[in-house]
Amino acid sequence: MNAADSVREKNDFRLFQMLYKYGTLITILLLIVVFGALNDNFLSGTNIVNILRSISIVTIIAIGLTVSLSVGGFDLSVGSVASLANALVISMYVWHGQSFGLGIAVTIAFCLIVGLVNAFLVINFKIQDMLMTLATMFVFQGVALTYTRGATISQNMIMPSGDFATGEIPKLFAKLGQVPWIIVIMLVIVAAVHLFLTYTKHGRYMYMIGGNQEAAKLSGIAVGRYRLIAYLVSALFAAIGGIVLGARVMNAEVNAGGPYLMDAVAAAFIGYSVFGAGKPNAFGTFAGAVLIGLLSNGLIMLSVPYYAMDIVKGSVLALALAITYYKRTH
Amino acid sequence: MTDSKASWLDMKRISISFPGVKALTEVDFRAVAGRAHALIGANGAGKSTLMKVLAGAYDHYSGRIAIDGEEVRIRSPKDAKDNGIQVVYQEVDTALIPYLSVGENIMMERTVHGMGGRQLIRWGELHMEAQAILDRIGVKVPTKKLVQQLTLAEKQMVLIARSVSMKCRFLVLDEPTAPLSRTETERLFALVRLLKSEGVGIIFISHRLPELYEICDDITIMRDGRLVLRDEIARLEQHQIAFHMLGAKLDGQYPHVGRTAGEIGFEARNVRDGDKVKHADLYIRKGEIVGLAGLVGAGKTELCRALFGASPNASGELYLEGKALTVRSPYEAVRGGLALVPEERRREGVFVEESVTVNLTAASLADYAKGGAWLSAKLEKGAAAELIRSLGIKTPSGQSKVKNLSGGNQQKVAIGKWLLVDADVYMFDEPTKGVDVGAKRDIYELVAQLAARGKCVLYASSELSEIMGISDRLYVMYDGRIVKELDTRDTNEEEILLYSTGGSPS
Repeated sequence: MNAADSVREKNDFRLFQMLYKYGTLITILLLIVVFGALNDNFLSGTNIVNILRSISIVTIIAIGLTVSLSVGGFDLSVGSVASLANALVISMYVWHGQSFGLGIAVTIAFCLIVGLVNAFLVINFKIQDMLMTLATMFVFQGVALTYTRGATISQNMIMPSGDFATGEIPKLFAKLGQVPWIIVIMLVIVAAVHLFLTYTKHGRYMYMIGGNQEAAKLSGIAVGRYRLIAYLVSALFAAIGGIVLGARVMNAEVNAGGPYLMDAVAAAFIGYSVFGAGKPNAFGTFAGAVLIGLLSNGLIMLSVPYYAMDIVKGSVLALALAITYYKRTH
Repeated sequence: MTDSKASWLDMKRISISFPGVKALTEVDFRAVAGRAHALIGANGAGKSTLMKVLAGAYDHYSGRIAIDGEEVRIRSPKDAKDNGIQVVYQEVDTALIPYLSVGENIMMERTVHGMGGRQLIRWGELHMEAQAILDRIGVKVPTKKLVQQLTLAEKQMVLIARSVSMKCRFLVLDEPTAPLSRTETERLFALVRLLKSEGVGIIFISHRLPELYEICDDITIMRDGRLVLRDEIARLEQHQIAFHMLGAKLDGQYPHVGRTAGEIGFEARNVRDGDKVKHADLYIRKGEIVGLAGLVGAGKTELCRALFGASPNASGELYLEGKALTVRSPYEAVRGGLALVPEERRREGVFVEESVTVNLTAASLADYAKGGAWLSAKLEKGAAAELIRSLGIKTPSGQSKVKNLSGGNQQKVAIGKWLLVDADVYMFDEPTKGVDVGAKRDIYELVAQLAARGKCVLYASSELSEIMGISDRLYVMYDGRIVKELDTRDTNEEEILLYSTGGSPS
């Protein structure tokens, strides 16, 4: 190999490094420019708020997933937990006439128990996280379905007894699903988890466990405890996602949280490469969600049919994964 | 022994190099059919490399291999098998398919190469033939049982059965007895005797001297990639074998730091961990470096892990400065004042994807956190920079990822992590494995300084010269037990080796 070749190779390498680090962000900018040029309404304030609102629930759930990924886990049950939280919180108001605070508290408490079950199974039986949570995904989905008897919960619904449900969803609760609160909740969660993972010792421990569990254990880190925390956090954010979802649509449809799982997984994995982190991170997950949201919104504006959207999402995820794994082996 | 069958295998002037290392230098080796031949040498002497050459694992060696005086070409595993050379490696699991039955595993070779144009497997025939082979060598394992349900000893038998299902004139057994119990070993030896009587030449690699006398007829001793001695085993005493395995000593690289051992700082009683650590009692004085000698597989790593709480099934009593210490996990061990530099650096010691700074502060992170949780990048960086300088870690900066460092510098990072913790007891498990000479010296210095500061140091190594050079006192492990305590000044490498191989002074 002569000198010129090696210089070129070095430049290629640098170019790849740069694309790896900033690829997601560059893509986001490009999309904004392209969609903005093709459609006048795209860059309007309303549409931007619209996009942010549309990604907020995915982002909240994906952040929880990100925390489970940071310890080397993989919580596939987040979609089901969101469904469960959605059903619980709406039923608290509609069926049981509870107050705003109590409804939310009961929902979160129950979902934390669900997180505990996940953590217990994964940590004690040493089953691969993805497989174990695949199983619990079905279980929790079934629990949610059984609880709602397979029906949609909404105000004034007909109860099995033949009466109408009398409970009302509090006005305050409805606010959670509206602009600006829904966006504020998302941004606060992203910022809080970003700070937690990057700037606290607990976050550092989690990344260490994710990077090399054996070395983390032998460094005296309480591995089991942190994995437990990670699954609790994951369930907590899935619950918040489900609650916000309930507030936005004001009812609880069958398996409403399920579809969010795949988008959340995509957002978290696209986020790996943002700023060259090479690991799950909150800001990256947010960027991933923004990317997916932009694509969906822009393509719909360009009259691409909604049913073709999954092709685009899947392709973006495949590309992001290809880059991440290519980077690992080079 | 009938002469009609007698054939022999010759390896002449075998040399092989790997990048940077000359592994074998003009080694001659001869095995005879119907006899068992012991191949012995210290770790890294080249036994396994020589056997891999014979098995066709390499094609870039020089020298000749002949059977019955006729030269054969062995450059691939298939060549070796075609010439009737079969090898049963120590890691039996790598050669077996766990979720297939015993019969399928035994007949694997035949299924892969011997099917010709046939597409369908005849199950009845397969199990019958496998059963016939097992019957012939007297092994009682059901052929329909899955391999994953077998014990290690049974898996070994299955592998031997597979070997004899093919053309088998010479059978290499690479440390077959290391994981076996006494009765299992007896059964294996019975099988070896049977094969010998059928005219198979056995090449037997083992570190356990007494059992070599039980089963072998001839012996070849290797050291540093060269042949040292070939003889009938009956004509050698155990201590002579130990002497030949050793050879010239290296010294001058060990630090001589003046230190005085104080009172007993750390004590462990009745440490056990399944069949890996059967029994160990030990104590370390403050400011003392205690060596833990023993061959690979003697249980040193397992003992260190048991002491550190890293093995879930381990039991034993630990005392630090006379006070009982409960250590059920490494987390508790670190809180109690213990530190372990593990053997498998990349897998257990460092976080390769993280920076040098993150690695160095890993075990003492709470010291750099304000308000209990918020990390101060400045404090962390300061501590790491200080350590990088004092340990002489060669890295472009504290932000470089550890995976880009050399082995020796990675090891310094793995050790440095614990210097920031200020533990009372430091355990080192093969800290100089895969480390270049310069870094080795630095590591010895570090260990000596820790002792000079009054710490208790346990230093496990299978390099005898290293143990002799660095320790004040030492324990010898053999087969999961501490079999001997020796004062370093009053012993020599031969004596240590004798105990490490299960021998006894005669």
